[in-house]
Order: sequence, then structure tokens, then C-alpha cells
Amino acid sequence: MAELMDITNQIRHAFPEKVQDIIEFRGEVTVIVDPSAILEVAHYCRYTEGLQFNLLSDLGGNDYFPAEPRFGISYVLYSMSLNHTIRLKVYLPNSDPTVDSVVSMWQGANWMEREIYDMFGVTFTGHPDMRRILMPFDWNGYPLRKDFPLGYEEVAFSFNNDRVMAKKPHPME
Amino acid sequence: MGVSSKLGEMGVITTSLETAVNWGRTRAMWPMLFGLACCAIEMMATQASHYDVSRFGMELMRASPRQSDLMIVAGRVSRKMAPVLRRLYDQMPNPKWVLSMGDCASSGGVFNNYAILQGVDEIVPVDVYVAGCPPRPEQLIDGILTLHNKVMGEKIKDWA
Amino acid sequence: MTLSRDELIHASGIISDEQTLETSLDQLRGLVSPAAFTGETMLLNMGPQHPSTHGVLRLLIELDGENVITVLPDIGFLHTGIEKNMESKTYEKALVMTDRIDYLNNQGNTLVFSLAVEKLCEIDVPLRAQYLRVIVAELQRINSHLIWLGTHIMDLGASSIFLYALREREYILDMFEEISGQRMMGNYNRPGGVWRDVTPRFMTQVHKFLKYLGPKLDDYEAIVTENPIFVDRTKGIGVISAEDAINWSVTGPYLRGSGVNLDWRKAAPYSCYDHFDFEVPLGTNGDVYDRYIIRLLEMRQSIRIIQQALDGLPTGPTRTTNRKFAPPPRAELGSSMEALIHHFKLWTEGFKAPVGEVYVRTESPRGELGVYMAGDGTSKPHRVRFRTPSFVNLQSIGVCSSGVLVADLVAIIGSIDIVLGDCDR
Repeated sequence: MAELMDITNQIRHAFPEKVQDIIEFRGEVTVIVDPSAILEVAHYCRYTEGLQFNLLSDLGGNDYFPAEPRFGISYVLYSMSLNHTIRLKVYLPNSDPTVDSVVSMWQGANWMEREIYDMFGVTFTGHPDMRRILMPFDWNGYPLRKDFPLGYEEVAFSFNNDRVMAKKPHPME
Repeated sequence: MGVSSKLGEMGVITTSLETAVNWGRTRAMWPMLFGLACCAIEMMATQASHYDVSRFGMELMRASPRQSDLMIVAGRVSRKMAPVLRRLYDQMPNPKWVLSMGDCASSGGVFNNYAILQGVDEIVPVDVYVAGCPPRPEQLIDGILTLHNKVMGEKIKDWA
Repeated sequence: MTLSRDELIHASGIISDEQTLETSLDQLRGLVSPAAFTGETMLLNMGPQHPSTHGVLRLLIELDGENVITVLPDIGFLHTGIEKNMESKTYEKALVMTDRIDYLNNQGNTLVFSLAVEKLCEIDVPLRAQYLRVIVAELQRINSHLIWLGTHIMDLGASSIFLYALREREYILDMFEEISGQRMMGNYNRPGGVWRDVTPRFMTQVHKFLKYLGPKLDDYEAIVTENPIFVDRTKGIGVISAEDAINWSVTGPYLRGSGVNLDWRKAAPYSCYDHFDFEVPLGTNGDVYDRYIIRLLEMRQSIRIIQQALDGLPTGPTRTTNRKFAPPPRAELGSSMEALIHHFKLWTEGFKAPVGEVYVRTESPRGELGVYMAGDGTSKPHRVRFRTPSFVNLQSIGVCSSGVLVADLVAIIGSIDIVLGDCDR
């Protein structure tokens, strides 16, 4: 715990105006970084002595609609030699959801960034292959955004059975 | 079954055409490998030695749709997979039957959202539905036997 | 009547009317080598319905004769929208969907979800519940590795191992049915502990099974491990170096095959795994053969862990007594007003989680299974993300399969051990 705070203070000293905040919750430490500096901070975390975060555990996205900034991307990094975990977090506005891709640091970010593009619509500049991965290639919309409907089918009771059945497609023989 | 067998070494049975054809169809119905998700694991357990489905003539799971009669849709069908499923169904030669295994294939199951087809009968006509999440191997065998009873009851005018 | 080439392609229904063949190949322009467009190499579609892809995985393979040049996986055929669906359910209702994500590791999925809820809401878990969770998780690991063994060896040609492995699995499924009522989707781990205590019959079943399994694993090793056909088909195939594996965020037996010692049960112990003494098998070459050996050794280590957990199983409650999160026993409802109110609140509204986000990781049979959970003060999660091992491990298939033959690709897919429900969620 204490050494994690040392590490985050070291990052804050290296990038004084780019680190916006450091949060500690339930034993985990999150460093909130300005989106324009994520590649430099990632490089620093990867290659500096004492940090050496060489495994990218997780790259996840979150949508805070209607609050601004709307999108949050979190990078969970793990150091194999020193056995500590840290999270970097980046907040992106709705008007410009783009951020640099960290594929050049960790190749494992390839499909994780494609999934965030598919589900949230956040584009990563510098990614070698920015296409949809889970949804069909001609799907419209970004499913995990809060303003995308769940798309569920109404439960059919006797009073609305005809209405529900009329909307379902029926197979041709 | 109107059976009258000749005594002695002749060994002749007389029956109706419908019964003979339906008997041939049910006793060696080859399923097509269409395991999608968790129900596929229970389908594999049904094929294995404990709940042997080979006693019904079905241990030969053909991967090619052109060589199979029965499509057991085992698992949830997503919207990306639906055209593939329909094309495979179209490639199967007649006579063909569809058995929808599990809750997700029958009605969408636990998942009621944008990504899952609410029942595979939206795209293919289904003969037997087997409920369960996942259905036990005994339930699947019960579904197969129900299908056999249904096929044994088919008449000539249904085939034409 | 003769049709032109374009008319034939449209009439056969391969592509829709709006596309032409040129544009559908255009999407691949940066991804396959330029020789594919001139016809020197062949693009082969190993489609979503295939006997050896272990589910609905589509691979676009660029071939030069029989040699593989590029492999492009196309996933998403089993995408279920579980993460979005969980945002409209309470925490306890969302637990039901977690079993179905990685359907060969049901107990592991509910375990990691329960651990995330417990970390977020600061719920304590009694010691007996943690030991029971370990027993069930290790039984699930043996279960998953048995299916892997059966299907992998069947893909390589020996189909009798498939029948043997599924026979052993029936014993484990009987045990799961004993404690939770269901063979596969047990929903046994809940936030705060486990659903209910185990019966004495379960303990005798586990004891008998542990004695039974060891000699059976020796039998399977005798059939497969020294078999010259198996060794030829798997030694030196699908090699990935340790630096590449770490760079591509690979975890699990796939990573340990290359010699990297990372097992989350030892590196970040959860649910009392640090009370038990076990080894983590490592490989040397990073090929398919090493991963096979590692998974067999892991099954034996799981037997060891279960034996230690059974011997040291403490007495006590099996679910937290914090009534804000766990429902009271039904016997109390007739006599205690607080129990009735807690029961009512939990069943209608569910418990509320604080604002904040956590990330919890466990070691599933395939690699690192993690849950990123963000609460927002209401009784429904704001965001649940499952970091699944098959999704992350599958990206590196291009790295370890350059220059192999098509038949070796089947062995490599089997050794990565993907489950498509885990991959697509």
C-alpha cells in the first residue's frame, strides 16, 4: 500500500501538469491522467526502474452519460518482477472521444481497444486495425452506451400476445 | 403394425409403407453438430458413455449439413450467427427436423436483449422444444424420443 | 443463359446486393499479405460451424499450399450482451447470468463476481465459506481440464480419451448436483459466502473421487504422453516466447508453458488460497506439448489442494451474517421484525453499493478472469466488465502459428483452450 503511493507520487512528479488526481479506494490506487499524455505516461510506467509495469491486465471502458466528461477508459497494469498493480484512468468528452492507442507499448491492447470502439464508439488513433469485433460489421450504434436501448422483447401475456407476436419475424418454410 | 409373418425359414414381414419409411428414418437419424454454447456441453455429455445416445443410432454427428437429418440447436443464437444458421438449415436435404435444445434456443432464455434471437423459431421451423438451462441429458433424450414419436406418426400426404 | 461473374456471385447469396466482391476483400487489405489479392495464396474460411473450432469461431486463413501465412480470427458469433443486461438487474439477479459466460468454469465465474461485490461493498466472508469456495473452484478446474483433454485429443485423432474424460466428469457433476441442485449452472457462490452448507454425502463423494482420479490420470498419461504420433504432432508446434507472451497479455497455462511463473492464486491470493501448499507447473519450450503436460500436472495439484481443504475445513456459518446483504434464514421470519424487513428490502430492491470502482482477478483454468465493477449508489451496477482470458489469449494466435500447416492449427487452437462464451460474452 505504501509503496503504491510512492509509485504514484513518482509518476506525479514526473508529469506535474498531466496527472489530474490520485484516488485510493478499497486498497487500489488509480492515477487519473490527461488524455493527451497517456502514451508518455504509459511509456514511463513501462520502462522506468522501480515501476516496470510490463503486463497490461485489462483495458475497460465506462460511460457516465449524462455527466461530462462522458467516457472513462481504465488501464490496469501489473508488474511481474515487483508484483504490484496500478490503474491509469483517462476521461474523454462526448464531443471528441479519441485517445492515443497504447498498442505500441503492449500488443495485448489490440483487441481490447477494438472492443471499446465497438461498444462505446471511442476511437484510438494509431491502432493498426480499427474495426468492429463483437457486433456484425454493418451494425449501427454502440451498444454499451447508456443511451442505446437494451432492446428487450416484451413478455407476452394474454392481453398483449397479438401485439408481441406481430413484431416477431416468422420463418418461411 | 399389421404384421403377419410366415412360419418357417421365409422370414417375411408385411407392413404399411408409412411405417416402414418412418421406422427407417427414426432409427438412424444423424444429428448435425450445432453446439453453440453451454447446451453443447450437455449434448456432448449425452453422446458420451454414461448417457449413451448411440443406442438410438445417433452417435454419428456429422459436421456437414448435407449428410445429416436433424439439427439440434444447442445454445443461444446471436444476431450475427442467425444468417449462418439459416444457410445451414437450407443446405440440409429433406427430410429434415429441428430440435431446439435449451431455453435460449426455444425462447431467448435468461437473455432478453439486443444481441440474442428470442427463440430460434424466428428463423427456422422447429419440431420439438426441450426446456432446461441446460437440459439434463435425460431431458434431451426425452426430447429425441418425442421427435421419434412425432416422426412415426407422419403420413404419406405429409411427405409429398 | 450465361451469367457474368458478378451476377453469379450475387445470385449465390454469398454477399448482399449492395456489396461487390472487391469491396468485401477491401476490408482485408491491410491484414493479409498482398499475395492474396493476386491469387498466389488462398483465403480459406474455417467457418463458424466446424467440428474442431470448439464453438462458433470463424478463422480466415491465408494459405500458401498447406502453410499458414496469416490467421484472422473473427469472433462475435456468440455475443450475448451480458454486460449491458447486468446494468438493468440488481446484483443478486445479475449473478445468475455469470454462470453462462464461461460455461466450463461456472463456479469460477460466480466466485469472481461475488468477490467483486464483496470488495466493493466491504462484506466479510466466513472462513468455512472460503474453504468451501476453494474446494468447489478446484473441482471446477479439474472439470474444465477434463473437457479440454477430451476435446483436444479427439481433435488430434484419439476419440477414446474423449469418452474416458467425460466419464470422470460425470462424478464431478454429481457432486455439484448434490450441493447446488444443478449439474452445471449451480449459482452456488453468492455475495457473502456460499448458498448453503454441504451435506455429509458430498464429503464422502469428494473423498472417494480424489482416490479414484489419481490412477485414472496415470492411465491417460500412459496412453498419450509417450505416444509417437502425439509427440510428433505437438512438439515444437505453436511456440510462443516469454517476451511475446507477456507483451500480448497472455495469462494462464498458455503463459506458463513459456516458462513465466504467474499464477494469480499465488501472486494475489484470494479466498484463503495462501493457506494451502501447492506447486505451479511451468514449461520450457512454449509449445503445445508443454501446455498439455502443464494442464495434467495442474489437475494433480488441484487434487492436492482439495485434500488439504477437506482436512482443514473449519466449522462455522457459510454465509455472512450481515443482514443488509445476505437474507435471513426463513425460520426467523416468523419471530423477528428486523428479519422480515431485511428480507423484504433485499427481495424487492436489493442491496445498494457505494460509488466507486474495483477490479478483482482470479485464476480460471484458462487464465486471468477479472471483473471490473463500478457502483453508483443504487442497487443496480453501473458497469460490470468481465476481463475474460479467452478473448485476450486468442489475439496472439497469429504470433504462435506463423509457418505451421493447417492441421497444426487445430492443435494450436486446442492448446490455447478457448471457450467462445468466455471470448464473446
